[in-house]
Amino acid sequence: MQQILFFFIRNKNFLLFTLLFSISIFLTIQTHAYHKNRFVNSSTYLTGSIYSLKSSITSYFSLKKENILLIEENSRIRKELESYRNNITIYAIDTASIYSKYYFSHAKVINNSFSKTKNKLTINKGINDHLKTDQGVVTSKGIVGIIDNVSNKYATIQSILNTNSQINAKLKKSKHFGSLIWNTEDPYLVQLIDIPRLAPVKIGDTIVTGGKSTIFPEGILIGKVKDFRLTEDKNSKYLNIELFNDMTNLEHIYVIRNQDSNEIINLEKETNDAK
Amino acid sequence: MLNNLIFVNTVRFLLLVLVQVLLLNQINLFGYVNPYLYLLFIIIYPFTGNKSLLIFLSFLLGLFVDFFSDSGGIHAAACVSIAFIRPFILKYSFGISYEYNTIKISSEDYMKQFIYVGSMVFIHHFILFALEIFNINHFVLFLNSILFSSIFSIVLILSTITLFSRK
Repeated sequence: MQQILFFFIRNKNFLLFTLLFSISIFLTIQTHAYHKNRFVNSSTYLTGSIYSLKSSITSYFSLKKENILLIEENSRIRKELESYRNNITIYAIDTASIYSKYYFSHAKVINNSFSKTKNKLTINKGINDHLKTDQGVVTSKGIVGIIDNVSNKYATIQSILNTNSQINAKLKKSKHFGSLIWNTEDPYLVQLIDIPRLAPVKIGDTIVTGGKSTIFPEGILIGKVKDFRLTEDKNSKYLNIELFNDMTNLEHIYVIRNQDSNEIINLEKETNDAK
Repeated sequence: MLNNLIFVNTVRFLLLVLVQVLLLNQINLFGYVNPYLYLLFIIIYPFTGNKSLLIFLSFLLGLFVDFFSDSGGIHAAACVSIAFIRPFILKYSFGISYEYNTIKISSEDYMKQFIYVGSMVFIHHFILFALEIFNINHFVLFLNSILFSSIFSIVLILSTITLFSRK
């Protein structure tokens, strides 16, 4: 007994090191799986409030740029509205009565990373504003990512610049589907894989979301084709996509809430269970 | 004297975490290079101080940085490792005498300082990026990150030591 006790006392540093190192490795492995990192993430109260303090100071520096973005978006939406007015007679101007499957709520990015291989963002809204995991996040220019963890007031987003991220996307012209991934090399470029060999692709073609999931509606902008090549097995094409969004410089974002997502997920689950 | 030491180390701990997450993590030079100044806490922790306490504090330090950068436990793992092997690095850079003399790092000559800080930073960055990138396909990115971040961190840590030393 004394021997064991002495052993522990003599090696206490090594044992402590082994214990803490294994805890760290455990936490690391957890984050490699999508929304499993419940303990260590920046949506907690303390980290969230420090980041929003920081963002309340630094956001002044980008006011000018944000204003221009908003004006651009407004003018585009105005143009769309005018084209609708010309085509259909609107009986009621009351916007609340227009039915939409998707609800958009806005939030502010309070922390952004793009230099790692698994990048995350933190935003200043959470459960209190009806945010949940697996809701899509976009800006006026294109997609940003998917909500990963939520706390009462904050949420973290798994950016599209994350090696775990895999989003359904398609060519706007020919409607061929593929998966959007990131090869970690450049925060302005993402890759679209699994596009069939025979699909017509031209440099400059627009890539939009596919709408095959409950997260993003169909047709949200992603980017344009920069270059492409056949994969080694000659069965599919590998496309480099230049993002419309500047992921290194995000400030205001929209969170998309699909009204029907629960219904669709339940239905799919029932179908799977029935098999 | 002891209370003073605890106070100084607590302030240093909190200050380094805040500087790291609010300032240095936002630099992203060339897209991926960030200096890691918070290692300074482990580097200048009293040489004769309690070793188990240092290992535990390093774990907390790394975990704090992890919380802010959504990275699981990679900083904690790297910090715990260098805290554990610090006595060996100290012995091999300052000689066996470090344990008995209360030497101050800022009063040692630059070559010894460089060897000590350099090995600590390099081992930390090696573990950090190995855990973060964790993919053989991104081997070039791994080497680049280690090399450039190490240079950046070493320069920053050595200049901080020189700047804040009381002579």
